[in-house]
Amino acid sequence: MKFRFAHESIEINAGLLIALTLVVISIGGLVEIVPLFYIDETIEEVEGVRPYTPLEQTGRDIYVREGCYTCHSQMIRPFRDELLRYGHYSLAAESQYDHPFQWGSKRTGPDLARVGEKYSNEWHVQHLEAPRSVVPGSIMPNYPWLSETALNTSDIEGKLRALKMVGVPYSDTDEEYQANVERFGEDAAKMLDIHTAEENLIAQAQAGNYDGDRSNLTEMDAIVAYLQLLGSLVDFSKYDEGYFAEFR
Amino acid sequence: MAHEAAAADSQYNYDIIKRFAVMALVWGILGMFAGTYIAAELAFPFLNFDTPQITFGRLRPVHTTLVIFGFGGSALFATSYYVVQRTCQTPLSSNMLAGFTFWGWQASVLLGVLGYVNGYTQGREYAEFVWPIDLLITVTWVAYFYVYVTTLMRRSQPHIYVANWFYMSFILATAILHIVNNLAVPVSMFSLQSYSAFAGVQDAMTQWWYGHNAVGFFLTAAFLGMMYYFVPKQAGRPVYSYRLSIVHFWALAFLYMWVGAHHLHWTALPDWTSSLAATFSILLLMPSWGGMINGIMTLSGAWDKLRTDPIMLFLITSLAFYGMSTFEGPMMSLKSVNALSHYTDWTIGHVHSGALGWVAMISFGSFYHMIPRLWDTRLWSKKLVYTHFWLATIGIVLYITAMWISGIGQGLMLRAFDDYGNLAYTFIESVSFMHVPLVTRMLGGIFFVAGILIMAFNVFMTVRTAKREQAEIEAKIAAKMAKAGA
Repeated sequence: MKFRFAHESIEINAGLLIALTLVVISIGGLVEIVPLFYIDETIEEVEGVRPYTPLEQTGRDIYVREGCYTCHSQMIRPFRDELLRYGHYSLAAESQYDHPFQWGSKRTGPDLARVGEKYSNEWHVQHLEAPRSVVPGSIMPNYPWLSETALNTSDIEGKLRALKMVGVPYSDTDEEYQANVERFGEDAAKMLDIHTAEENLIAQAQAGNYDGDRSNLTEMDAIVAYLQLLGSLVDFSKYDEGYFAEFR
Repeated sequence: MAHEAAAADSQYNYDIIKRFAVMALVWGILGMFAGTYIAAELAFPFLNFDTPQITFGRLRPVHTTLVIFGFGGSALFATSYYVVQRTCQTPLSSNMLAGFTFWGWQASVLLGVLGYVNGYTQGREYAEFVWPIDLLITVTWVAYFYVYVTTLMRRSQPHIYVANWFYMSFILATAILHIVNNLAVPVSMFSLQSYSAFAGVQDAMTQWWYGHNAVGFFLTAAFLGMMYYFVPKQAGRPVYSYRLSIVHFWALAFLYMWVGAHHLHWTALPDWTSSLAATFSILLLMPSWGGMINGIMTLSGAWDKLRTDPIMLFLITSLAFYGMSTFEGPMMSLKSVNALSHYTDWTIGHVHSGALGWVAMISFGSFYHMIPRLWDTRLWSKKLVYTHFWLATIGIVLYITAMWISGIGQGLMLRAFDDYGNLAYTFIESVSFMHVPLVTRMLGGIFFVAGILIMAFNVFMTVRTAKREQAEIEAKIAAKMAKAGA
């Protein structure tokens, strides 16, 4: 009877009910989320992963805008069929600069975590404009407007500043630039400099010529640049097979 | 006592409930239509019409937002304001703030989906709202919390009825989840774009802690609140077990918050986290079934009502689907099952057996009970309630069966090897295989939409009849007064 009496005191006291409910619903999240920020093994130590260049980040924003994550995952699981189909399983390190993460939850289309460098730029352009022209039976929508829409480059500095505030090491000062040179190498560090972001974006798009048309910069340039980067940063031949298992 | 209750009845704020109830139906129709349309796009991709605003990627968040927050959210506002007033026997503490929650919520849903079709999204599932709307939702939610708690404090009897515990936990949990998951830095004060405060693995964990508890508290705890009021009311019997309601309330509130990481099995999330989530997911079966049993057994001794009362049919069927999907969920959270089911349509089918079978069906049942009482009349047609019930049930069965076939089928195809150890199928072969189930799923959706359209018609006629009756009575009174005056 004691139990019932005790619970009755909660049932007649709104403040107590609220306080106890708050305690009970807070525990799970605290135990599972907070340690992920403090346990070092959560993110693997691996060479090659760097923040996105201004062009790649712009492409990523388009990927988010179009809701690509509603049909494509970017998270390969450690199974043999996925190894054969997509490549090495995804590392936490590979999405450490992803705000927001785009691991996805559904594969209406195939996983894209390692789609980079698998197909040519021309293939991607044609596939995005008219998927069924290269993959008969595909149920992906056509994205013809990507080639027709001029790329907005003017807000890239603001974007990189916002990303810097949430922890991505884009450089604003000389010291930060030097730190990036040491960490990612000089070529990458130049691309991560906030002050030259717009120049770098335009230069990479023109040099890469992702959409096959040098006369103008389109959203197609950016999204293809992003897709071609996906999963290509880590050289897995440098690591023993068992190395990454230590971090799981 | 009876006299007092009758006096209080006239003071209840029914106006706000009516508005939320009508909007729930409006969003429900639009959201379910959007869902059926994107289902059709997957079966027949030409339906994307090369138009950015209606491509699958942009319409899918429109569908989820309209049905979860538009339909589900408005139904919860409506029923929670109804339940808290009636069980506390007191009117809402502030009609003005309650009115603000109405406009704040409707504006959030409307602006949110207008944003998605134009490409403004956070890219987080079920939390796609851009940051200014997140702020509006936060303010609205604080007002909701205030109205709900202060109304609860003004209750005219000492005891807080169990339905209110569930609604309360839903309001609290949703506040925490919404704020933490939407922490972000805007690109500028005048940009709708923002970047999530977290990255990669931590972001994934936060998002699925949010995502699964949107299911756990928004779509489950709150609707259990609905169940605890409307099932006993419609059955005319008390809740089956009082002690069970206590135990399963606390267990459910505690356990749900652990299970989100089962959406991240076999990913780059550390194994300890997802294993913990799987463990708690299995434990969660018990309080889930506790709720189901408590609801269904409330009917014990009055089972014959299932033969004569279509509203009861809705309520009990919803609990049966709740029981089924809360069994399927823990099963799918097992790592070995998840290896097959994850990334496939099986997950989509599972969500819909919960969302259509449980959430929508319990809402329909509750609305059929509540709406005649709000307008002080009777339902226009009981027959149409039956029609709605069968259309909805057939729709759900078609839907989830199709998704089992396409999901399990695709899962098996993608992991199949030939005799030489090579992959037996290409990805596109699995897509072709899914065509027939995808068409069947679309048909299921059409059935379900047809059902809610019939409901809307029935509700419209009920309200119209009520207004006509009201006008007739008023005319009679006026005539009598005039006579008396003469």
